[in-house]
Amino acid sequence: MDLLLSSIQILARWEVLAALLIGSIGGVIIGAIPGVGAAVAIAILLPATFSMDPIVGLTVLLGIYGSSMYGGAIPAILINTPGTAVNALTTYDGHPIARDGNPRRALSLAYSASFFGGVFSVICLILLSQALALVAPHFGSREIFLAALLGMILVILAHRGQVFAAGMLACFGIFLNTVGLEPVKYTRRYTFDQTWLASGIDLIVVVLGLFALSQAFLLLTERDRKPRPVSVSGGLFEGLKELFFFKRIAAVSSSFGVMMGMIPGVGEFTAQFMSYTYAQKTSKTPEKFGKGSPEGLVASEAANNAVPAAAMIPLLALGIPGEALTAMMLSVFYVHNVIPGPQLFATGMDFVLALYLALLLLNILILVFLVFSTNGILKVIRIPTRFLGMLILTLGFVGVYSLRNSTTDCAIAVVFGIFGLILKRLRLPIVPIILGMVLGGIMEVKLRSAMARVKSPLDFIDRPISAIIFGLIVLVIAIHIRGYLQGRKSPLPEGEG
Amino acid sequence: MTGSNPIRALFERDRRSGDLVFSVGFVILSLFLLSRIGAETQWFKSSGLFTQPAFWPAASLAGMTIFAILHAIGSVVSPRAAGRREEVILWLRSLEYALWFMVYVQVVPLIGYLAASLLFTLSLTFRIGYRGQRMLLAAAAVGFFTVLVFKSLLSVKIPGGLVYEYLPDGLRNFMLLYF
Repeated sequence: MDLLLSSIQILARWEVLAALLIGSIGGVIIGAIPGVGAAVAIAILLPATFSMDPIVGLTVLLGIYGSSMYGGAIPAILINTPGTAVNALTTYDGHPIARDGNPRRALSLAYSASFFGGVFSVICLILLSQALALVAPHFGSREIFLAALLGMILVILAHRGQVFAAGMLACFGIFLNTVGLEPVKYTRRYTFDQTWLASGIDLIVVVLGLFALSQAFLLLTERDRKPRPVSVSGGLFEGLKELFFFKRIAAVSSSFGVMMGMIPGVGEFTAQFMSYTYAQKTSKTPEKFGKGSPEGLVASEAANNAVPAAAMIPLLALGIPGEALTAMMLSVFYVHNVIPGPQLFATGMDFVLALYLALLLLNILILVFLVFSTNGILKVIRIPTRFLGMLILTLGFVGVYSLRNSTTDCAIAVVFGIFGLILKRLRLPIVPIILGMVLGGIMEVKLRSAMARVKSPLDFIDRPISAIIFGLIVLVIAIHIRGYLQGRKSPLPEGEG
Repeated sequence: MTGSNPIRALFERDRRSGDLVFSVGFVILSLFLLSRIGAETQWFKSSGLFTQPAFWPAASLAGMTIFAILHAIGSVVSPRAAGRREEVILWLRSLEYALWFMVYVQVVPLIGYLAASLLFTLSLTFRIGYRGQRMLLAAAAVGFFTVLVFKSLLSVKIPGGLVYEYLPDGLRNFMLLYF
């Protein structure tokens, strides 16, 4: 009880509540604009949050992360264009329902399913916290190294049909992290005798280049598009009642979202795929899937909105981000000298619980906001894409330049912006680069300290948790190779980079 | 296309225009970086393998090279998509906007964040084809509100312009602080 009161005290400040409001509303609007997405917005805002309190900065970013998928459902349903990549599956059933004259029903059901998924995952997170607090301290250097390695492998293997590209880019990310002064013997690595490379390549600069500037360049160079005007009439609360008829689908899909969200590198796409497959297989009308099935819509939205809260689990408990957005949030922790991991659960549980409660509040705020302002958001999504590119480029400047007022940083970001544009045009994933940079750093430090305490490589896995993680690594690779050789190419929706 | 060739079946994938250019380019980059491992990192005789400064660059570059070669093989054996030249031209066209961005970066410390932002948003909007009053006003609003939100309200670290030095004392301090 004391813990709960303490966490409420952390939250009950006007700055935190304002951050929650701005993050959630901003996230919905950003998510609703096709071509922007949470990653771009978080990348731009990241440096601005460094001057805020950790809880304030993280609340803004969590707000954007948690709410963008709600917003992304709006264009997915009304104009058949997903606002964010994870809303692609929503177009399968959401748009046909809207096209058949029921846009209000489709939106209302999507909001309700998203709300259910979001709240379900936060409740799971709160319930799991006690268990996490018990298990997390048993993670030493070798366990964290192996968990990061497992995350890395999963990130690569999750990109079906692009495994070689994902592997290549993940290794590139690990390499980028090694550039500069090496932390133990202080020797230079790949600086090519350039002083500006001695301090290494900043993660935030790479993130801004790959996500924000690349998107701006892409929008500016491609043909201009302006979504057609649409509007919705009638109340949007009915979906909550209708969701009651699909409570089983919503609960199972949210559970998939929580499970997949917790595993580093897996995330929304796999959760959606599993939920959608489950919903279709257990439906009395499987033939309707892809043509306007409310069950399909519920499965897709509940699963993807359950992921953000669950994705915080490996980040908070082990300090291992599972995808790009939590990797960006990790930098906010580091800037404020709050080190996520087992120690945080032991000494800062009230802070962790405050974050969970913020996520819970966030879902309520978003639902209320969406019910009353969907038509207003529809006007925002009509911004022409090239104008949007100009807007992102203008905001991208703030992100990069405000870090250190460095022209070199801006030039590096531009290089990664062009590189990101090429990757996006080729539909190659960007996320492995970011995770390679973050997890590569963690792996280097943890392997070095773990190897100092073991005599032979076998000692590395002589503890139960490390043995289990090692077993999982072997199992994951074996299953993938078997599936690959047998040519089992399941139609998993591809993850955006 | 898969046919009975097992190598082709193993490597074939979705290939988009420009894929081969990128794949080969990445192999060359990987090989170049790997070839520099001796010159760009150090190896200490007294240290163990995992504490060597060269270990992680070597491991990552080896992985990068292997995956890059496998990716390039996939590009070679997969059905070719037309439009390679047009695609590469589109990549190169992004250089123009990269240049716009770098000019913006250079101009901010000279004329100040507010003036540079207004100039940037208005001129870029004009360049991308929006010449109407409504869109130009919207562009000016983007420039103004970006400065207002980030510099005036959130106080992000962006220096004042050199031209501010020529302003009267009170106004100069105000501009340095907020714009």
